[in-house]
Amino acid sequence: MISINIEKRLKTYDGQQILKISSKFAPGCITNIYGPSGSGKTTFLKCIAGLATPESGSIVVEEQVWFDTQSKVNLSPQKRTVGFVFQDYALFPNMTVRQHLEYASKDAVWIERLLRLGKMETLSGHKPEYLSGGQQQRLAILRALATKPKLLLMDEPFSALDAEMKAELIAELKSVFAELGATVLIVSHNPQELNGLADSEMVFS
Amino acid sequence: MTDLAPVWLSLKLATLTTLLLLLVGLPLAGWLSRGRSFLKTVIEALITMPLVLPPSVLGFYLLLAFSPQYGVGKWLQDNVGLSFVFSFQGLVLASFIYSMPFMIGPVKSALEQLPVSLQQASYTLGKSRWETFIRVLLPNIKPSLFTATVLTFAHTLGEFGVVLMIGGNIPGVTRVASIAVYDSVERMDYHSANNYSLTLFAITFVLVMGVFIYNKSQAKSPIV
Repeated sequence: MISINIEKRLKTYDGQQILKISSKFAPGCITNIYGPSGSGKTTFLKCIAGLATPESGSIVVEEQVWFDTQSKVNLSPQKRTVGFVFQDYALFPNMTVRQHLEYASKDAVWIERLLRLGKMETLSGHKPEYLSGGQQQRLAILRALATKPKLLLMDEPFSALDAEMKAELIAELKSVFAELGATVLIVSHNPQELNGLADSEMVFS
Repeated sequence: MTDLAPVWLSLKLATLTTLLLLLVGLPLAGWLSRGRSFLKTVIEALITMPLVLPPSVLGFYLLLAFSPQYGVGKWLQDNVGLSFVFSFQGLVLASFIYSMPFMIGPVKSALEQLPVSLQQASYTLGKSRWETFIRVLLPNIKPSLFTATVLTFAHTLGEFGVVLMIGGNIPGVTRVASIAVYDSVERMDYHSANNYSLTLFAITFVLVMGVFIYNKSQAKSPIV
């Protein structure tokens, strides 16, 4: 079980607002998070990953405290080992597709499988600059999966994919998530695009 | 026949200074590029000072600081047997400080231009700050890194004031090419002065041209 109870100050164009979240996520559950721009969805994911620090509260994952202001616990992102798909992909310009996966994992069999899953076998020697937007986004997803994370955080992961590729990939991902037993939080401004991938919803206002 | 020893000494000094600045300056630039604090602002201002300060001022204070008569200089002389005044190691120290902005400035700016999500992505993959710095950040600022390295080397070759203040003009020890030019002119030996000047001009021109050509090729194909 993932238990999150945090308060985080958000900077907005007209000042500040407080993001208050109190939620629980069951293991293996896939949750779609949606809401208007600037409502703190990305910040919420970053707080879970340890890339942003809430002002107060706690984050407990599988009975392990990742963050707690009272006991002053704040695990580094390296120790939380979540998979994270960034909205801007955050691909490394100096690495090829294969090198991205090899940077994240030493499991050669798993890497080959991910390349097949993303239909990127023939592109494995290409650097991000030579990939289309959709290919870059698929690589960002594959890289996040490379560490076989138990918690996967995805920020608008399908926005650059065409309908056919999206449907195929989502079907494949569903079985991979189940195989890994991963809990998945997906930020998506368009809940319909997930094609029934999510088990539950969380709305930001 | 012009004595080439000052040229070799200049090259040795520039190589050592550049290597030391790569070793110390890169992590320092990495640290300075992350977040803001008053301490970082003060350190950055201090690093930038050699760009605007007369070299003689820096040389004067280094001379005072490392004088074997008192303070740090006396302690180093008595306990470690190390003297930074009128010695080659003094030149290295002075060059290190004087050329610091040429290494740290471009590298820090380039690191700040990289999207913060690059290092965040690396952290979520379990990679340490150091591994992220070496394998993700530095490879993606190669043109700036190359420019900083070459400019540091070329700038050290051309140092005069600070080197003269702390090192003097001891043949084979502190008499680098830039000082040899000045010394030759004082002795009215214009032939030697011209040889030293021409050598320094040729080396630095080739280095600067190299930077321009490299950066132009990188602009055509930024991802190598």
